[in-house]
Amino acid sequence: MAPIPGSGLAKGLAVTLRTMTKKTVTEQYPDVQPDLPPRTRGVIGLFEENCTVCMLCARECPDWCIYIDSHKETVPPAAPGGRERSRNVLDRFAIDFSLCMYCGICIEVCPFDALFWSPEFEYAETDIRDLTHERDKLREWMWTVPAPPALDPGAEEPKELAAARRTAEKLAAQADPQEGDT
Amino acid sequence: MNDALDVTLRLLAVFVVFLAFPLIVGQTEHKVMAHMQGRLGPMYAGGFHGWAQLVADGVKFAQKEDIVPAGADRRIFQLAPAVALLPYLLVLLAVPIGPGEGAVGQAVDAGVFFVLAVMGVGVLGSLMAGWASANKFSLLGGLRTAAQLLAYELPMLLAAASVAMAAGTVSLTGILDAFEWWWLPWQIVGALVFFVAGLAELQRPPFDMPVADSEIIFGAYTEYTGLRFALFLLAEYAGIVVLCGLTTVLFLGGWHGPWGADGLGWVWTLLKTAVLAFVVIWLRVTYPRLREDQLQKLSWTLLVPLALAQIALTGIVKVVIQ
Repeated sequence: MAPIPGSGLAKGLAVTLRTMTKKTVTEQYPDVQPDLPPRTRGVIGLFEENCTVCMLCARECPDWCIYIDSHKETVPPAAPGGRERSRNVLDRFAIDFSLCMYCGICIEVCPFDALFWSPEFEYAETDIRDLTHERDKLREWMWTVPAPPALDPGAEEPKELAAARRTAEKLAAQADPQEGDT
Repeated sequence: MNDALDVTLRLLAVFVVFLAFPLIVGQTEHKVMAHMQGRLGPMYAGGFHGWAQLVADGVKFAQKEDIVPAGADRRIFQLAPAVALLPYLLVLLAVPIGPGEGAVGQAVDAGVFFVLAVMGVGVLGSLMAGWASANKFSLLGGLRTAAQLLAYELPMLLAAASVAMAAGTVSLTGILDAFEWWWLPWQIVGALVFFVAGLAELQRPPFDMPVADSEIIFGAYTEYTGLRFALFLLAEYAGIVVLCGLTTVLFLGGWHGPWGADGLGWVWTLLKTAVLAFVVIWLRVTYPRLREDQLQKLSWTLLVPLALAQIALTGIVKVVIQ
């Protein structure tokens, strides 16, 4: 059956009228903070207690926006007669966010979990030089890093938890051998 | 003395309506259009949901430099916005909003003639602007306006003539006095033709080819800035108020309503006008712009025959009931 003439026009009117009664999608950003999804890439925080100055992040950074300075210190032997140990001490850690392209490779590559994504995004500056965040500022961003999102139901147990559980079970077996035998 | 006061008050009332209603329609358009597109529209000006957005726009326009292009016909160029705007003020003077002599700026005996003739003058403003700007796009826009005026004035007049025939008078107050509820289905085709033709005459989307910004920048208004440009925009919204008011008076029974006290006729007029103004905005949001040839085709092959058929129907019914 051929459509009624003008039914398309009526359909168009219905669409606009229906849209008018629905909720709008506009974000009222400066007045209302946006509801950001987990793992939002806002700014990079440095948990400098974990940093060993291995330089992996600086070397993997595609646009070379990470600056690291360090010096070596000698640690006296822990026990008398032992050997002296040397370790790296971080002097400067800076990320130039005017160069950063938020690829997150530094965070992926860090073997000691010293770098984290933070959802904070309101750090625009009027001077481009202020976009280079030094170590203390990067450390401050760490307070804004949210707890990691919960695992999916049925997901594999995290490695840390699995290791801890195995150790606990072993200790329990040693402390109570009869029960372990039965 | 009393007469002078009376006239002054009436003029003042019409003037206030003329200034306030277009702004209300404009603000409604901002908001309705935004929500129909899933947006919020203006939210800041004035504090509460951007109610003062158009006031802010007006202030902005007033601050801008008034530029007249070097090659322009200065006098005509500067006069055009007034020619576009003032006719709507004059029309508003003759539109009755309630029963009796007290609710109309000035009762004109040949109301329908006066109103339609003066509304036609408004289009001259665009023509003058298009010619005087010394700009090819403006000229194209002006010519499109002229073509549109020629095509749509005829069905508009024919549709209005049908109502005048039905009422046996060309006075707007006379037409309203003669109105019966069953005129509504009787004149429905005429009402649609009148409304659509009126939209085309106001150059409202989907009939906005004279200002089609993707084709000819802004048509006849391309060279205008500041207050004169604002006057053209105001003329468009004043035109919406006038068109909706006229459609209400001619076809929807004006102050007649199914219930309500005698003193509240003007509420019905305003309510019907507001609903029609909403429809004008609704149509703008919904439909894309017609092509220039489609515009002409719609008028000559659809609206004119429909208007003629309406006149024939009106004539037959009129003869039968006498």
